[in-house]
Amino acid sequence: MEQSTDQPAASGAAIEALARTIEERVSGVRRLPSLAQDLAYEAEPAQLLTVCRALRDTPELRFEMLMDVAGVDYLHYGREEWVTSAATRTGFSRGREASAPSDPGMPGRFAVVYQLLSITHNTRLRLRVTCPDTADPIVDSVVEVWASANWFEREAFDLFGIMFRGHPDLRRILTDYGFIGHPFRKDFPLIGNVETRYDPEKKRVVYEPVSIVPRVLAPKVIRHDNRYEPALKAPELPR
Amino acid sequence: MAQSTNDLPLAEIRNYTMNFGPQHPAAHGVLRLVLEMDGEVIQKADPHIGLLHRATEKLAESKHFNHSIGYMDRLDYVSMMCNEHAYVLAIEKLLGIKPPERAQYIRVLFDEITRILNHLMWLGAHALDIGAMTVFLLCFKEREELMDVYEAVSGTRMHATYYRPGGVYRDLPQSMPKYQPSKWRSRKEVDRLNETRSGSMLDFIDAFAERFPVAIADYETLLTDNRIWKQRTVNIGVVPPERALQLGFSGPMLRGSGVVWDLRKKQPYEVYERMDFDIPVGTNGDCYDRYLVRIEELRQSTRIIRQCIEWLRKNPGPVMADDRKVRPPSREHMKGDMESLIHHFKFFTEGYDVPAGETYAAVEAPKGEFGIYLVSDGANKPYRLKCRAPGFAHLASLEEMVRGHMLADVVAVIGTQDIVFGEIDR
Repeated sequence: MEQSTDQPAASGAAIEALARTIEERVSGVRRLPSLAQDLAYEAEPAQLLTVCRALRDTPELRFEMLMDVAGVDYLHYGREEWVTSAATRTGFSRGREASAPSDPGMPGRFAVVYQLLSITHNTRLRLRVTCPDTADPIVDSVVEVWASANWFEREAFDLFGIMFRGHPDLRRILTDYGFIGHPFRKDFPLIGNVETRYDPEKKRVVYEPVSIVPRVLAPKVIRHDNRYEPALKAPELPR
Repeated sequence: MAQSTNDLPLAEIRNYTMNFGPQHPAAHGVLRLVLEMDGEVIQKADPHIGLLHRATEKLAESKHFNHSIGYMDRLDYVSMMCNEHAYVLAIEKLLGIKPPERAQYIRVLFDEITRILNHLMWLGAHALDIGAMTVFLLCFKEREELMDVYEAVSGTRMHATYYRPGGVYRDLPQSMPKYQPSKWRSRKEVDRLNETRSGSMLDFIDAFAERFPVAIADYETLLTDNRIWKQRTVNIGVVPPERALQLGFSGPMLRGSGVVWDLRKKQPYEVYERMDFDIPVGTNGDCYDRYLVRIEELRQSTRIIRQCIEWLRKNPGPVMADDRKVRPPSREHMKGDMESLIHHFKFFTEGYDVPAGETYAAVEAPKGEFGIYLVSDGANKPYRLKCRAPGFAHLASLEEMVRGHMLADVVAVIGTQDIVFGEIDR
């Protein structure tokens, strides 16, 4: 039975102390701006495995658990669908603006984010690695460091098409058998590309191109709120 | 001429592949498990998941922050409010707001009610899979009462959408819905059913917490020392603690292996640091230990519920943060005041913007650590939402846990992992 209530390492001083330890002991990482109670680092893709092993094995860090791996596609980051900044002068437009398509090959489009947890020290850390090549996104697999990465990486591969070098069994996991494309990419339409129905003549289920038209029901709006400016640690945000 | 046995050709024994699910009742939903068997012994297990994949995370990217709260209920659909909790916590972290104290107590109260709901469902289904039918019926009897509480507070029995960034949707109701006499229910029976429903909702939950320990004792008399139950669970699916950490286990799966780790104690959110409760841990890391851990959690949850009731009775107050960016104006203001009407319209059509940044918020859901990784680019919709479902990591280890066991043990291991496909497939 657990009796004591350990205080979380969420306080600012403890986080800064942890950050100092990481900067001393682990090379190949760069600190990212984050909320005061979080700690986030960006790892050099070439050194990902060394960084992960150091984070897991250094006695002062001991991040023995990998809780989550998430792929992120930064293609539309910060792009609004309905411009409101000029509304005072011009009034609101009737619908959303047709914005120019983003360049799908933009550098640094795909990233993989790892959520680490240290049970020994009761600390959390977020580690991000950006895929160096957007056309062929690939990073090292961390399965040999944390076994839990296995399915999480399969999921990131399935949904974003990010490859993991050295993964023992990189198959699709969530999408249908024979699915084409990577559905969580920002340039993959929300309604999908194919729809399915039963064809009574052929007596089987057939796949056809979708018949519905994609619509935006809730336009994305970015309003610049002065209240939040001081809360941002650095003017340059992660993409 | 008689052949000696040495001359007979060796019987050709090969492993065979078997499909388990996706329509098997013990697969707990739509799990398709491809098993490679040597006789009755599992050599390899390959779970195929995704048959319930609804792309919740992608859908959330196309909706306002508040619109996705209801989707969170549909992830782990037996621990609804805990999922909502992680989601609203992530938004609150980015917005930098805190709900009022009463809302925090209400959230803790409902998190624990949800934990009991989940564990009752788990216990009933797990016991049914292994062959004990009565437990299922007993569990659902108690579950029904808690479902009524869900309905009374939110209007729906399952998908509550009750938590909001900044608090909860509304305060606890002063009365409970009552049964009415009908052709099928006599006045006498209705009076018996309504006995605990005459007071407020807190009285109703209090009456439940009063008699629930007796119900737990009933479940235990049926199972804990039951010979068949022990034969089916002891030393089945053993996970040593180091391996449990490697595999990313959390919740009762981790505690069953003897690791003392509970986010409610270690990284307390809301008012959990004021609650007096214990964390049960197992010693062997088998299915039986995980059963004992969950049974004890039922008792501890009841303890927390009683503490919440006591506080909530004494301390009325607001249940929503007074932040006009995240709460709509009151109906009264909206009807009489032009600006409030505009505010109301904009709030529900455009939503509110969340400052740019990334965060991860986790709660101790009944199944383990349910986390939300939220990326916002300053818009009124999440840029990226990732739900860290505890069951996903647990199911990933299924092969390791069942290899070398018999086919019937697969059912016990699936049961002990408390698999729900809503959260695994998302």
